[in-house]
Amino acid sequence: MATTTTKTETFVGKRVRRREDPRLITGTATYVEDIQMPGMHYAVILRSPHAAARIRSIKAKQAEAAPGVVCVFTGKDTKGVGVVPCGIAMPDLRVPQHNILATDRVYFVGHPVAVVVARDRYLARDAAELIEVDYDILPAVADPEKALTKGAPAVHPQWPDNIAFTYHQDGGNVDKVFAEADVVVKQRIVSQRLVPMAMETRGVVAEWRGADRQLNLYTSTQIPHLVRTLVAGMLGLEENRTRVIAPEVGGGFGSKLNVYAEEALMGFVSMRIQKPVKWIESRRENFTCTTHGRGHVDYYEIAAKRDGTILGIKLKLIQDVGAYHQLLTPLIPQLSVLMMPGLYNTQNIRADIVGVFTNCVPTDAYRGAGRPEATHGIERMVDILAAELKMDPAQIRLKNFVTKDKFPYATATGLMYDSGDYAAPLKKALDLVGYVKLRQEQADLRKQGKYMGIGISTYGEICAIGPSPATPAGGWESATVKIEPSGKITILTGACPHGQGEETTFAQIAADELGVGLDDILVTRGDTAVVQYGIGTFGSRATAVGGTALYYALQDLKAKIKKFGAMLLESDDVTLVGGQVVCDKTGKAKPLREIAGASYRALKLPPNTEPGLIATRFWEPPNFTFPFGAHIVVTDIDSETGQIKVRRYVAVDDCGNILNPLIVDGQVHGGVAQGLGQALWEQAVYDDNGQLITGELTDYALPRAHLMPWIESHHTCTPSPVNPLGVKGVGEAGTIGCSPAVVNSAVDALSPLGVRHIDMPLTPEKIWKLLAKKN
Amino acid sequence: MNINLTINGKSYSQDVEPRLLLIHFLRDVAGLTGTHMGCETSLCGACTVELDGKAIKSCTMFAVQANGAEIVTVEGLANDGKLDPMQEAFWNEHGLQCGFCTPGMIMAAKQIIDRHPSPTEDEIRHGLEGNVCRCTGYQHIVNAVKAAAAGAGK
Repeated sequence: MATTTTKTETFVGKRVRRREDPRLITGTATYVEDIQMPGMHYAVILRSPHAAARIRSIKAKQAEAAPGVVCVFTGKDTKGVGVVPCGIAMPDLRVPQHNILATDRVYFVGHPVAVVVARDRYLARDAAELIEVDYDILPAVADPEKALTKGAPAVHPQWPDNIAFTYHQDGGNVDKVFAEADVVVKQRIVSQRLVPMAMETRGVVAEWRGADRQLNLYTSTQIPHLVRTLVAGMLGLEENRTRVIAPEVGGGFGSKLNVYAEEALMGFVSMRIQKPVKWIESRRENFTCTTHGRGHVDYYEIAAKRDGTILGIKLKLIQDVGAYHQLLTPLIPQLSVLMMPGLYNTQNIRADIVGVFTNCVPTDAYRGAGRPEATHGIERMVDILAAELKMDPAQIRLKNFVTKDKFPYATATGLMYDSGDYAAPLKKALDLVGYVKLRQEQADLRKQGKYMGIGISTYGEICAIGPSPATPAGGWESATVKIEPSGKITILTGACPHGQGEETTFAQIAADELGVGLDDILVTRGDTAVVQYGIGTFGSRATAVGGTALYYALQDLKAKIKKFGAMLLESDDVTLVGGQVVCDKTGKAKPLREIAGASYRALKLPPNTEPGLIATRFWEPPNFTFPFGAHIVVTDIDSETGQIKVRRYVAVDDCGNILNPLIVDGQVHGGVAQGLGQALWEQAVYDDNGQLITGELTDYALPRAHLMPWIESHHTCTPSPVNPLGVKGVGEAGTIGCSPAVVNSAVDALSPLGVRHIDMPLTPEKIWKLLAKKN
Repeated sequence: MNINLTINGKSYSQDVEPRLLLIHFLRDVAGLTGTHMGCETSLCGACTVELDGKAIKSCTMFAVQANGAEIVTVEGLANDGKLDPMQEAFWNEHGLQCGFCTPGMIMAAKQIIDRHPSPTEDEIRHGLEGNVCRCTGYQHIVNAVKAAAAGAGK
């Protein structure tokens, strides 16, 4: 019989290789597309080729008669289905009715118009081409600033100004400090639209079991429980008979932190045809129909004293909403405003957001979600200020940091930074990169007419999202720990990690708490029929919030284990150590296996104690966590081609305590790659007619292996006081820290030419033009 | 059209539509779902398999074009439960996160060390150029290929 191993070896803090990997490296993991069911049909969605048009008619007869086709549904058929939800409530938010299929009008290229269901995916695709849609093409607007101009086409005719929402935040006395400032610098800064581009596109398998009134929905999502609640509502189903399963999820990065039309649509189809149905998003659809990220135009102003002291910050933020609000769309720019002071000690801020409808796919969360934009803004502005004052960019940062004696620190935006030592990672990064020497080398290279730049970014982020009052759907997380009669341990996490490695880190936490080996533990996630309600993985929260729920569930369980152990050992003085309960006096021990067996056999129970070993905790965090760090990027610019080469990338991140350095490194690397992608290559480009002209991988430039620099990843450690693990979260740090460091580096390189700002992406063409103009 | 091919040492003889993509043959006919469709345009490499000893992208090849070929997919790498050294290296070096690109990435990585038994970092990175990973930033994948090459050279 298999028994629980008892160990004194500890795992937290070690480079433990991941427990989820065997199925992934052998090709035996099950993603949505891998699911097969008897009688399964395939759906293909016909989408609008136009950004704005009235639908005059849809003729589907030919498609319906095509070989293998079971049915075609259009917006007329799905009128009874609820709208795609926006989860954000705020005053004056204009929420257009977002039907799962277009009815009389389409609002963006890719807008779903009809769904074809056939017994085979090829036949479904053939038939989709036979549907005739008569469109009356209307003028479209794709640029948010153009959309705000008078006379611009109205995305939604009922709101001719295209304003989706506005938001204002004021802290301190901005007018006073701007009036008294020695210097005010201003800059327009764009954080361009990006395509999240998870490697696995979205996909849904819906299986209606009519006799049970039960819908099983397999979907590639970061938030299965929220999808269950909301899709059940859209379809008028009972939530306890709606089961959502996020099987293996091939990347999300925020793009699967949503509830999409197709999730309800496939449920609808399966209920209508009484068969399972599968829809797998094509890559083209993924580009045009899955939410995009960023999409800011920011107008910044910073007021400062001549000595570099920052007095106040003003921001006018134009958020490209797209045609609809998806789940969190209006929230994302508010996260930017929350973090607009960055790491700096200023109590005077003013922000005005205007959310703008455009004939584009909606924007929503993408790795960092509002914080990369905020960091890019403040970190660019601090460099611009330093240049204006002829100060060193490191010195101006050190001068303005919130100092480590000031924590917890209340920001002008209403946050309470938990803990920090902001100078530490910057000083470490400066040392690691050899800053003083590099500046000398730069001076020498400049004499030779060569362009080398050193860019610094010191970022702060808001993570472990978050206290429930600050979130639209609950910011807690849940965990259940079950010790089975054999002593084996099952953890059910509501956080639904999908690539971040919590099947390993959660096992590490539990192994150390219980004193058992990793092999005794299984971490399960992603199935609403198995796992208690949970929120999900996003906002660098899975470990900081979900791991803490686990930690407390383990404490409950440990107390119960000790009770049973004490009973079996007939002693009140016992200790749980190394997977066994030991009597402090006699040294006699009972292993966990025996205690677990006794707890279920229940021949005898400790006083006031129920049988079994299971504990569930829902943990509500008292605050966010605030990781921080410093990234320094050294670039060389080819003056002939405008090509930017990253010579050094030094990242010093402080994410609090580190449970698994191997996994943390991986998170940093991946985050930096996405930040570099934004800084150098990526951009979702819509033309004036609202056509996405970067709608395939041929046109959308992603970071590839040969383009990536070596990332030198280091850390400082300032534990968070918010949770007992002392962790802060690291999933988004790399992305947030990266882009301003790269742009600051390029601007620094080109500063002898009088260059003060360049908008991303820093394509060779853009740089070459600057060089050509100035030379 | 009838085609005959060998996948992971097993023979298949099947009538297929001429337009059936090789990846769909692998996934739907042979039931080998380890090979993933990532972009349908041969730009992401998630569908990489080995065909007659060469890494190819199975999303832009018809099954009929593979008639007579010997194919190895990620499922064919481990032998009697023993992982291929490249699989082991990806595991040890944390060369994967969500895992979706991983089967194709491993097939491409194997090709690199087939061509360059002791690859330089540059050779590794260029060898991986056709395979996109959105999670890892490639650094741990590069480490994995280095480790596998070093292990194979022992």
